[in-house]
Amino acid sequence: MSASIDLTLPDYRTQVPAVADRFRRIKERPVVLEIDRLGRQFAGNNGTVTALRDISLKIHRRELVCVIGPSGCGKSTLIRIIAGLDEPTSGRMLVDGKETSGPCPERGMVFQGYTLFPWLTVRRNVMFGLEMAGMDTSQAESEALQWIDLVGLARFKDSYPAQLSGGMKQRVAIARALAPNPRVLLMDEPFGALDAQTRAQMQAHLLEIWRNVDVTILFITHDLDEAIFLADRIIVLKANPGEVQEIIEVPVPRPRHPSQFTSPEFLATRRRVDALIHPPSVQGPMEKLPIVRLTQAGDDVE
Amino acid sequence: MSRTRWFVIGKELSPRVRMVLTLFSFLLPLIVWALVSYVPFLWHPLIRVASPGDVSWFKPGLLVDRAAFAEENAKVAAAGGKVADGTRANPVFLPAPHEVAKAFYTAFNTKPLLRGDLWLHESLALSIKTIFWGFVLSSLVGVPLGILCGAYALIARLGEPVIDFIRYMPAPAFGALSVAVLGIYEAPKIAIIVVGTFFQQVLVIANTVRRHDPALVEAAQTLGARPMQLLLRVIVPSCIVDLYNDQRILLGWAWTYLIVAEVVGVSSGITFFINQQAKYRNFDNVYAAIIIIGVIGLATDQALAFIGRRIFAWKNPGTSRWPAIFARLLPARPVVLVTEAPSSPTPPS
Repeated sequence: MSASIDLTLPDYRTQVPAVADRFRRIKERPVVLEIDRLGRQFAGNNGTVTALRDISLKIHRRELVCVIGPSGCGKSTLIRIIAGLDEPTSGRMLVDGKETSGPCPERGMVFQGYTLFPWLTVRRNVMFGLEMAGMDTSQAESEALQWIDLVGLARFKDSYPAQLSGGMKQRVAIARALAPNPRVLLMDEPFGALDAQTRAQMQAHLLEIWRNVDVTILFITHDLDEAIFLADRIIVLKANPGEVQEIIEVPVPRPRHPSQFTSPEFLATRRRVDALIHPPSVQGPMEKLPIVRLTQAGDDVE
Repeated sequence: MSRTRWFVIGKELSPRVRMVLTLFSFLLPLIVWALVSYVPFLWHPLIRVASPGDVSWFKPGLLVDRAAFAEENAKVAAAGGKVADGTRANPVFLPAPHEVAKAFYTAFNTKPLLRGDLWLHESLALSIKTIFWGFVLSSLVGVPLGILCGAYALIARLGEPVIDFIRYMPAPAFGALSVAVLGIYEAPKIAIIVVGTFFQQVLVIANTVRRHDPALVEAAQTLGARPMQLLLRVIVPSCIVDLYNDQRILLGWAWTYLIVAEVVGVSSGITFFINQQAKYRNFDNVYAAIIIIGVIGLATDQALAFIGRRIFAWKNPGTSRWPAIFARLLPARPVVLVTEAPSSPTPPS
């Protein structure tokens, strides 16, 4: 990044009064998800590998928190542990102040690979969690239809997942995860497999849904812009071992809009997370490939 | 058109070409058979004696090896006698297509030679009954056990090694044992089919279930599914199409055990018919019976494939006009019809 931009950017920690006020109000809300010194070790061939060490964080009600980090920092392991799909080797996890473990509908999850049940229609996919909770079919059906409406797929309620596009599938997955009224919605790189345009749409959809539903969201991504665009706070992990490096309060005001991608707050935050994820000292200048010229002299493309 | 158009890896052909090729798949062996049967110089290793001449042991209609025929004629000719006359013929075990085609009709119409013997259609019905019960009994235990082995490592580790061991024992080896235990009529035959099918079935089903998508199980877990619900409402439905196709293949295997099963104890069914006809050297009837088995097998399999495509509508949505019966049947709950009222986008509280 050039020096001329550096001069104009504010500090990423400076918050306009509206944003500062919002963070004050968030912190007054009750803590929904608390993670206390969570650790995860794997038995590898060369002794044990520490994937996560002493991860502690508190997420308040209806907060949207993004987790980013370099590949191999254990962000997927972290969200799988929170979802109850993996066991921590140390530490504990509390939802609404009560210690909990194992998979449970209070912690809903949206996966990158959609994971819709291909043999069920959209409607029955969304009904699945409600039926598991013991709700009778007609009530589950009417609630499911409301959730399908909310994600804008009423026309497709009787379609099978194979008939839907990637973005639509992920909307069904969000509706399905929200239907049993989870306290926390965990999202593991949910838009990673979508093309850029669909991803932007889905980000807008997600913010819209989040505004209208009483749910707290923990969102994993490797897309830094996505994290800044969506999050109240960004948890930056570092690799080997996976530890919390910094928790950033995003200074970009809400409601968010794609035009903010070029706002000074956004760029300042972006520069900070860039520096954390790709530290120049570690990475160094880009490595030159040992390429021999195979085209004729004068036949240049650049 | 260039050759490359026909030989492209992984490229499906047009429906027309596919149909023509299917037709030829049956037609080509038939053409070879017809050529061997009707074009004398292709094979016809024997001579059918028309007039025996002076050869003492020749009779009209007798089939003689060509070399022997020539040798006898040479001897008779040297002695100045009358040479035998005959036409080239195939051995009796290779009837011509038209003879077998005729046998399809006559075999059903010919009264059994001995009193108490069964008509062909009765023999067939008996065979189908044997297969049916053998396969159903095997499936009643084999499919659930296979599913449990596929889903739970504990059951797999306990059950599969010994099943794998027994699987290598040929089913007919249990023939004498099953007669001793179950008598000589239908029961031991069904038992042979069960033995032949069951052990393969458990392993095949278990392997299919083991290939289920673990991501779907995890998704269901985060939605609050308990272990039994995971098994019945996620793992089984996610494999059901493959399980159905496994059953089709296993039914084919059950058919291959039919012939050995039916000679156990009192020979019965289509096997009895085939053996009787072979004894009378009615090989046209033998071929007709064997081909009928093939036709029944293929027809059953194609019917099951057709039904499968209809039941599992989600595999090719849009092509089926049937409702997804299966999706409604599996949870065994009443289907509620919902009126399509445009509801407000407010979420449920």
